[in-house]
Amino acid sequence: MAEPYQRQSALAHLGLAARAAADREKSDAGVQLGERAFPGQLNLRGDPGNEEFMDAASGTVDCVLPTVPNTSAGEDDLEEGPRVLWLAPVEWLIVTAAGAEEALAGELVAAAAGCGGSVTDVSDARTVIVLQGPNARDVLMKGCPLDLHPDVFRPGHCAQSLLARAAVILYRRADEADGSASFEIHVTRSFADYLWVWLEDAAGEYGVQVIEV
Amino acid sequence: MRPQRMRLASGGRIDRTRPLSFSFDGTRYQGFAGDTLASALMANGVRRVGRSFKLHRFRGIFSAGAEEPNAIVQLESGPRTVPNLRATQVELYDGLSAASVNAWPSLAVDFLAINSLFAPLLPAGFYYKTFMWPKPLWHACEGMIRRAAGLGRAPMDPDPDTYDHLHAHCDVLVVGGGPTGLAAALRAGRTGARVIIADEQNELGGQLLNNRQQVDGSLGADWVATACEEFVGTANVRVLTRTTAFGHYEHNHVALLERRTDHLGPGVDGVRQRLWKVRAKQVVLAAGAYERPIVFRNNDRPGVMLASAAAAYVNRYAVRPGQRAVVFTNNDSGYAAAADLADGGVPVAAIVDARLEAGDDAAALAAVRDIEVLNGFAVVDVKGRRQVAGADVSILNDEGAATGGSARTIGCDLLAVSGGWNPCVHLHCHSGGKLDFDSDWACFVPGRTPLASRAAGAAAGVFELAACLESGFEAGARAARAAGIKRRGRARKAPAAERNSPAPARRLFHVPSLKRGGEAKAFVDLQYDVTAADISLAAREGYESVEHVKRYTTLGMATDQGKTSNVAGLAILSGVLGRPIPEVGTTTFRPPYTAVTYGALAGRDVGDFADPVRKTPMHHWHVAAGAKFEDVGQWKRPWYYPRADESMQEAVNRECLAARNTIGVLDASTLGKIDIQGRDTVTFLNRVYTNTWDSLAVGRSRYGLMCGEDGMIFDDGVTTRLGDHHYLMTTTSGGAARVMSWLEEWLQTEWPELDVRLTSVTEQWASAGLCGPGARRLMDDLSEDLPLDSEALPFMAMAEGRVAEIPARVFRISFSGEVSFEINVAARYGMALWNALMTAGEKYGITPYGTEAMHVLRAEKGYIIAGQETDGTVTPIDLGLERMVSKKKDFIGKRSLSRSDTAREDRKQLVGLLTEDESEVLPEGAQIVAEPRPMPPMEMIGHVTSSYYSANVGRSIALALIRSGRSRVGEYVFAPLPGKRVMARVVEPVFFDPEGGRLHG
Amino acid sequence: MLLITCPWCGPRDEIEFSCGGEAHITRPSEPEALTDEAWADYLFNRTNPKGPHAERWVHTHGCRRWFNVLRNTATNEILAVYEMGKPRPDGEGS
Repeated sequence: MAEPYQRQSALAHLGLAARAAADREKSDAGVQLGERAFPGQLNLRGDPGNEEFMDAASGTVDCVLPTVPNTSAGEDDLEEGPRVLWLAPVEWLIVTAAGAEEALAGELVAAAAGCGGSVTDVSDARTVIVLQGPNARDVLMKGCPLDLHPDVFRPGHCAQSLLARAAVILYRRADEADGSASFEIHVTRSFADYLWVWLEDAAGEYGVQVIEV
Repeated sequence: MRPQRMRLASGGRIDRTRPLSFSFDGTRYQGFAGDTLASALMANGVRRVGRSFKLHRFRGIFSAGAEEPNAIVQLESGPRTVPNLRATQVELYDGLSAASVNAWPSLAVDFLAINSLFAPLLPAGFYYKTFMWPKPLWHACEGMIRRAAGLGRAPMDPDPDTYDHLHAHCDVLVVGGGPTGLAAALRAGRTGARVIIADEQNELGGQLLNNRQQVDGSLGADWVATACEEFVGTANVRVLTRTTAFGHYEHNHVALLERRTDHLGPGVDGVRQRLWKVRAKQVVLAAGAYERPIVFRNNDRPGVMLASAAAAYVNRYAVRPGQRAVVFTNNDSGYAAAADLADGGVPVAAIVDARLEAGDDAAALAAVRDIEVLNGFAVVDVKGRRQVAGADVSILNDEGAATGGSARTIGCDLLAVSGGWNPCVHLHCHSGGKLDFDSDWACFVPGRTPLASRAAGAAAGVFELAACLESGFEAGARAARAAGIKRRGRARKAPAAERNSPAPARRLFHVPSLKRGGEAKAFVDLQYDVTAADISLAAREGYESVEHVKRYTTLGMATDQGKTSNVAGLAILSGVLGRPIPEVGTTTFRPPYTAVTYGALAGRDVGDFADPVRKTPMHHWHVAAGAKFEDVGQWKRPWYYPRADESMQEAVNRECLAARNTIGVLDASTLGKIDIQGRDTVTFLNRVYTNTWDSLAVGRSRYGLMCGEDGMIFDDGVTTRLGDHHYLMTTTSGGAARVMSWLEEWLQTEWPELDVRLTSVTEQWASAGLCGPGARRLMDDLSEDLPLDSEALPFMAMAEGRVAEIPARVFRISFSGEVSFEINVAARYGMALWNALMTAGEKYGITPYGTEAMHVLRAEKGYIIAGQETDGTVTPIDLGLERMVSKKKDFIGKRSLSRSDTAREDRKQLVGLLTEDESEVLPEGAQIVAEPRPMPPMEMIGHVTSSYYSANVGRSIALALIRSGRSRVGEYVFAPLPGKRVMARVVEPVFFDPEGGRLHG
Repeated sequence: MLLITCPWCGPRDEIEFSCGGEAHITRPSEPEALTDEAWADYLFNRTNPKGPHAERWVHTHGCRRWFNVLRNTATNEILAVYEMGKPRPDGEGS
């Protein structure tokens, strides 16, 4: 196995850990930004009309695969288990805690391949930027055409769209303790640097705190 | 500082405790917070604020809003200067500096005012007629004319300010915050609907801030304050002030420009302007109406002003717009303005009413103030050159012509004019809304629209306050309901205002002059000096369509886009043509409603954000190594890695030699990669590639060509079979997204029965390509579990194992003609792999090479690049790739290869070119001729697609597409270049190792 | 900018979509059997109506699904959104 120290997340060059340490005492920021590095991400295909497949896949990921567009199922806290995002009528993104994807991929293939399911590991294809705080939604509105009103795009909802000039998968987590919204932005690795810098720029007027995720 | 001699001692929505100093055309003045530049100038008694565009006549403040044609200024200087702003909309801030735009060298001494003496020589179409012939005359004079035309100056330096975009969604968007808009927003807001109300001014209220009408028993402005309080307490209503809705597009996409810091002056921190991209379920257009002028001789003299504007200056800004006024009107609203002027300390010498009778309430306003009313009269001319000194009046006959009867001159310095009202229909028209003609008011009102949008109040042709409030309230309720809001909300009674008993307006747009030739000074379009005479002339010369008249006379084409002039112009045209106004038609309104800065349109998409830069996992190594980068799509790819003072050619030579003599390594991460799974994958590959895929074994790779249905090469790449029903396709770097969506399109739209799933894994993998004689040795050093010899891992095979401890897929594919290993690892390990290769390869002389060397290496072998050798007109056969084209099966594009055009013998074909002078490198794109001539025209038979100096071959090489090229091998062709002509021999397109022995090592 | 209702993801801005041109043009099952003219007609000729037009769209930056849209080219009104393979809902042109 490759040594973990050889790994580099998409935003490794930005020195976010040091910045997070420096920002730790910051309390007046309207926006918090951080990178959730190495999230497990599996692309799952299958026919939702095929009960055998649905049973096999749902059993493996511990939740019923969501079939309502733009919704998710499973765990908000990935340490508790995987989260499944609806991507398309025949496509889901299974998000796991870092490192949990490999075993799960094996189990999924074993369970679902026989009934028309297929699995592709895309954990390295995207990184996840966490965006939260009282002005998180304002920042997203600057670059995303979705209706992100709190009653419309609710916790647990997800959507694929554009944010600035990058294609993203957006997921709204459970609200923060202070009631402010929290989002996870899946962005393709090569666009991550662009998007992070853009987010910091767009959030500038609200104050930015870099956080450790 | 001089006193503000025209300022009223009390009243107005200005803050006398906050004086602000400003300068106009170099002179310093003082105004107050709450002033516009126009009201502050007026308070200081400044009456002449500009010169007209063509004739350079003095012009004064004409309006109090967006329709202003005269008071056009250049604000500030340097990189933040803004041209062509309306002084009536520029909020005053401390230190403001502005200048009039159309005067040179100064407003007072304008050399070009001499133009007005030649006015008879500058009729409609002057420039067209004068410069039609000879042509060079226009070129000689254009610069001078344009400078004289002077419509503001664009800043020459980069814009230092920050701009922003914001996407917003709502149930109901209310455009305009006057009484109608407020009533609509109140009503819609009470249902719980998500409401945005936008107004271009610094505060909501619209006309209620300008006049003294009452709503629900209190002064209008106080009622506005109550409404605003209700909004503050309502989370679902968002109020945007200083925000102009400038475009109304398909499906209720409305663009708003919010000016956030302009009113604070230049250089304020933060976002200067924000462009709101609103998607509204329903739109209520409550943008109000413009008062329209009446055209008469010398109606452009400073001191002639719209009546409602004169009242606004008194009521809102506490400024006297003159010392003694005459009000000229054809409707009742002139009386209210007269009353406001009189009460504000501007004696009204007379109301000149074109009608024989005014409404009772209007008449009473004049009577109680003892203002003389001249019924059935019109103003026919204006006394005074530098400003209004008096109004010549005369009796009007039934046809609307002045008779000259009872003529007299009334002394005044303010001539307030009301010619009725034009609903502000701009936004309604932006997306295909039709206009109807209201013959009572002789104005255009909104008709059908394809959008979920409704006009209300004055914007819909409802001009009385009580009716506006009801109209807005009703529109708000209907809009919320139409947006799907079920709740009806409390307080269902509309705000109330006093009902008057108005008398109808008299249709009067133009009072013909009593003087011969007087029409040449009766201005319709004040900014572009278009006169009643110009319009008549255009009609006489045969320009009958309003669109033609507009372009011929420039009517309505100035920065104000004819907001005060279009309807009057139409009416005059209709009179000349003897056709009713609705038959003459109206010109098209297009966005933007008022000018929008480029900065706001660009938003944050400037500088580094103009286009995203995509970076590979090894990017920062390349940066540290001093690589020069090349843009490939949005990717930054290392182009070459110069050492010390190497030139580009020297670096590329070194890299190319290393790749063939020791080891070269290339960051190939940008190649498109598509994971393909499903039982029908082979069938699918057979249909999208020109060659066959039935026999490909697991662990083996094959090169494939893709064509469009037109038979032209679309993309190429290597596909590897990973498992029984599992393949990995690679595409060109630039074509990755295009190929992915192309394949998905065929699967979903033509072949839904195929069991095939595509997943883009371009970004999942980092890829390093090793090539050269030392490559296998280095692989051997770094890997324990991989088979590396030619038998276990032959050319076009793939194996999985570990490289430098990292799980990897290793492909024996080559784009250089050397023994190659393309190592794919998960992107997180890309940098680790690269570092390991560089460290372990050092002793073998490993050399990173960039895209330039890659291009040279492949050209030496005659390998094509889709997009370089191909341009959408090239078939596989043109490139000599017949062997790639299956005869047995159908595939996308196959039928097209036998079309008469694609089957021609004399198509352009790929060949090599060797210049006679071995050091001469032809420019890519150079045209090729068979028979050179000293001068064009020459028959061009092809062009150079790739051209390099090759260090490995020791001379220049080129690839070209040349007509019947393959039959010309051995012949000489020519490239005519600037100052020379290069001779080259046509050869087979392979320059290095033609037998291909090195590939297998 | 159009607002297009993706049959799966719901109403989204036009920037998330790409237009794939006229709908209901089926690839001939035996291209080799076609004359050059018939093939060229399939390849190049498209209707260009003022009024209702059936066209294919794909939700590029969303679920990547293709679907059909019946759009009035003069007013941009979207009259119907329907699945691939389904007939044109106004019964025209198919």
